[in-house]
Amino acid sequence: MSGFNTIDPNMLDDWLTVGPATRVDHGAYETKLLGSRVRLWRDDAGQLQARAADGRALQVQQRYGYLWICASEGAQPKPLFDFPEFDEPGRRIVDCDGIGVNVSGLRMVENFLDMAHFPYVHSHYLGEVPHTEVAPYQVSIDEEADEIWATECRFYQPRTSGSATEGVEAHYRYRVMQPMTAMLYKTSVPRPGAQDAIGLFVQPVDEEHIIAYCLLAYFEDTLSDTELIAFQHTIFGQDKPILENQRPKKMPLVAGYETPTRCDAMSGAYRRWLKKRGISYGAIS
Amino acid sequence: MKLYDYELSGNCWKVRYLLNALGQACERHPINFHPGREHKSAWFIEQVNPLGQIPVLEDGGFLLRDAQAILVYLASAYDASGRWYPANARARGDIQLWLAMAEDITRSASAARLHDGFGFVHIDVQAARRSARALFRQLDDHLAEQQVQGRRWLVAGEQSTIADLACFPYVALAPEGGIPLDEWPALRHWVWDFRHQPEFIGMPGILTPAL
Repeated sequence: MSGFNTIDPNMLDDWLTVGPATRVDHGAYETKLLGSRVRLWRDDAGQLQARAADGRALQVQQRYGYLWICASEGAQPKPLFDFPEFDEPGRRIVDCDGIGVNVSGLRMVENFLDMAHFPYVHSHYLGEVPHTEVAPYQVSIDEEADEIWATECRFYQPRTSGSATEGVEAHYRYRVMQPMTAMLYKTSVPRPGAQDAIGLFVQPVDEEHIIAYCLLAYFEDTLSDTELIAFQHTIFGQDKPILENQRPKKMPLVAGYETPTRCDAMSGAYRRWLKKRGISYGAIS
Repeated sequence: MKLYDYELSGNCWKVRYLLNALGQACERHPINFHPGREHKSAWFIEQVNPLGQIPVLEDGGFLLRDAQAILVYLASAYDASGRWYPANARARGDIQLWLAMAEDITRSASAARLHDGFGFVHIDVQAARRSARALFRQLDDHLAEQQVQGRRWLVAGEQSTIADLACFPYVALAPEGGIPLDEWPALRHWVWDFRHQPEFIGMPGILTPAL
């Protein structure tokens, strides 16, 4: 046994992040994943290596500026999800690193997908009372990649980003690539016809503790990295107590436990998608 | 004035709070505390604060570090009403006591929050939580006595002072460091009262009551 506290293939067979690639720049790096210690380092040839607590070698790769581990003992892990915006010319990549949150990773991702909380939790930034209505949007499943998409989302935002000087109706798209990995695309302020991309990569430390990492691929050339990161951390810091006060900490996938409404179509799709995959880690099923 | 600031820092928030309450405009210079550790960078240590800590306030060429010291300075310089740092020997003696307590809270409750939220894995989080709980017990006992006498704040008087302001943020943020406030009712009452003052402004992690 590797010591990972799950047999859920949704966790073991996915690529799970353990943080930015810079973590292994100065020697070996230890962190916790799925309830157990993992150790990563570069060998003399510069190749990335990773081991579980019991010494078993783990599948590991560096991509999108991040370290990814596949904990499965199976021979061939699936390919990592596609993030074409990362390599797209003209975009600036800014890593916001991670913040620890005392909650299930599934709840974290669900919060990331939710627009309805903007005017209440992110008042004066991503929303504002009385503009609380979530206009209807489309949710679909990309069967080939097994990803969820929400499109045609829009929301009035008084300050949609660090460079916004006036309120705009921001257009959003959301995408869930893995249960612990999602992206959102939103109207770029300096380039209104284009969309900035924000990646949320969740490291499940255990079922109720995570580190949530955020990576930006922005069309933005006025703000400094510090200003862009400060804006994201402000938004994230507003979500954190809300997430940490959710009870139960795991996500209920049982019907009738929590009541969704029309604006929760994305969340509903996410929960159904998780249920269909038979997820148990960080969930109550 | 200029404040070297990080949005998620409770110690920076104290200073922003008092500046706002006193109606003092201030330029904010954001420091990339996490993940950049800019407060430990060579330029910051050489030019701003040799201790490598935020907040730091600059006012007309006067550079002052340490959140509590900045509160004393701002209240002394810009609070004509005398509300925040009353010119009264006993009140000032009492306030000094709680400013020192605020330092201890930073070293314990804030350290636990940095461990849990910001990847400060070298911190002994169990020890930090133990110290914070002992401090919160003292605060709760004192506030309970005050409340029995019909007082709401740490120091005798109708309104909160920099004593309350200095201790407030890392008490309110303590749950982020794995320290729920359930066992200290007088402390929770005080957090509630502080948040419901008319001049209250929040920060990420401490919501303004209107929401």
